[in-house]
Amino acid sequence: MILRGRAIVYGDDVSTDQIIPGKYLKLTEEEAATHALEGLDPTFVTRVRRGDLLVGGKNFGTGSSREYAASALRICGIAAVIAPFFARIFFRNAINQGLAVFECAGARTIREGDELEVDVAAGTVRDLTQGTTLTSTKLPPHILELIEAGGLIPWLERRLAATR
Amino acid sequence: MTVPRARRPSEDEVEHPVAREGLARPSVGNGATVAEKILARKSGRDHVAPGEIVWCDVDLAMVHDSSGPRRLGPMLERLGATIWDPSKVVIATDHFVPPNDQTEVEIARVTREFARDRGVAKYHEAEGICHIVPLERGYVIPGTLFVGADSHSTTAGVMGAFAVPVGVTEMLGVFVTGQIWLKVPETTRIEWTGPLAEGCMAKDMVLTVLGEIGDDGATYQELEYGGDAVYALPFDERIVLTNMAIEHGAKTGIIPPDELVFGLVRGRGRDTAAYPDPDAIYARVLRHRADELAPRVALPGAPDNVADAAEAKGERIDQAYIGACTGAKYTDLAAVARVVRGRRVAPGVRFLIAPASKDVMRRAAESGVLATLLGAGATLLPTGCGACAGLGHGVLGAGERCISSTNRNYPGRMGHALAQVFLGSPLTVAASAVTGTVTDPRELLA
Repeated sequence: MILRGRAIVYGDDVSTDQIIPGKYLKLTEEEAATHALEGLDPTFVTRVRRGDLLVGGKNFGTGSSREYAASALRICGIAAVIAPFFARIFFRNAINQGLAVFECAGARTIREGDELEVDVAAGTVRDLTQGTTLTSTKLPPHILELIEAGGLIPWLERRLAATR
Repeated sequence: MTVPRARRPSEDEVEHPVAREGLARPSVGNGATVAEKILARKSGRDHVAPGEIVWCDVDLAMVHDSSGPRRLGPMLERLGATIWDPSKVVIATDHFVPPNDQTEVEIARVTREFARDRGVAKYHEAEGICHIVPLERGYVIPGTLFVGADSHSTTAGVMGAFAVPVGVTEMLGVFVTGQIWLKVPETTRIEWTGPLAEGCMAKDMVLTVLGEIGDDGATYQELEYGGDAVYALPFDERIVLTNMAIEHGAKTGIIPPDELVFGLVRGRGRDTAAYPDPDAIYARVLRHRADELAPRVALPGAPDNVADAAEAKGERIDQAYIGACTGAKYTDLAAVARVVRGRRVAPGVRFLIAPASKDVMRRAAESGVLATLLGAGATLLPTGCGACAGLGHGVLGAGERCISSTNRNYPGRMGHALAQVFLGSPLTVAASAVTGTVTDPRELLA
């Protein structure tokens, strides 16, 4: 799987309270997504394009277990999140939502608007604008399977269908 | 900050903590932490090592009104699946209580009917916060695996359980299969020794460590607590340690159980309780003295933005908030009463109290603590997550400043993204309510 897209870059410790604050939790997933990252960058939802790659600093997704933080980014069209490392609940939520997440130590070198190409199997992030290649951790096969299926629920559906 | 690699601690770093605390006879030679022991047993193995991924049987699964039935119901229907064992499920309606609009009314109804239709008897509507009610009811047994669809589900580690927070889709897997895959975490051990300094509470212990290692300092790790200062804390105060394990990025926080804990569950869990081996391997061991503590605050922005309360002295506040699973238990309210007795909240400051459960509220009413708080000018709010989660009463506007006994102060957490929240112990929040500025409680306790 190769993901190619434009980088939208934020800093360290982007929290779930910034991605989707509590006041939007009562909304549906789709409604909540229209407010994604509003507290950090009110322009995000208007400028994000399908296939964009979100690049964060360390500890991306820190805070709450609210899955809307991951689903909002997916619904907005984000194809993957790239960060030096993630808060663990967000990391797992993202995978369950079919949102690819890549731990990439060199993520901070990526600049806003850079064209990126992620080779999921090889575990590399190429910054085509800068002409650099960064290493990311490879996701194990069973995690890749979940992401490729579109998340845990479609994956479970497929598995249940196969056994019935 | 980076997480250090696992290593065997040197002799002077580890002095057989279990033996010293007199909790259990150490079993020599296995070299396992509490987390490793519980996950080994729950996955049917003799031994597990950090980094291994294991499938574990879940003993108790908790969801609330925001993370639970409104999302899980449609997912279960889509899969045509049922709950693996309704007797192992707890549902607490605590986020949208009491309902403020028709959307919240509907969420409460869906939650109530899900519990009824799917046979979940451990259903608690507006009885208290989802992390407190299971402890009050004795649902969490030492040495068991607890999974909760809320980040502060680490709280249940106060019972010596392996308590891990997950998102709602992850919980769907648990509801259907009764199992979850977990990566065995490395462990950081945090020891506190000595008598707790005057004017300090468990919150000051947590903030001290947060300031030291950061809000990502234990990412993916278990925090294992020990030392005589931890076991000298009342149960309510121990809850603060495990509740805020998540604030260090940890996967779980565990206090190996003592007699106080077994007493809360009428002696259950003696056969499953786990204690660290004397030769357990830790990623690191942090040692602190409780008698050297001073009241701390987290400055606005992040819970690891820690300073002494005295350093933040004089910072003006608009609101003082006592609430949440962390900071509105009975002993928290009693601590506040100790400071505000015979005093009044500063003019122009909103002093809000949202007890962590109805039981806490009832006890505070019976003991006279509530009368003291109201006499000082406090406003009593419904029990529930409330403004700590940016919900209900007491949310903040742009530019407003609050000091709060809650656990998290990221921008936007308690209302407007431009509001500023200081975190402090209930004593510090109470002292600040009285003066209208951030105040070291020792100034008022002297």
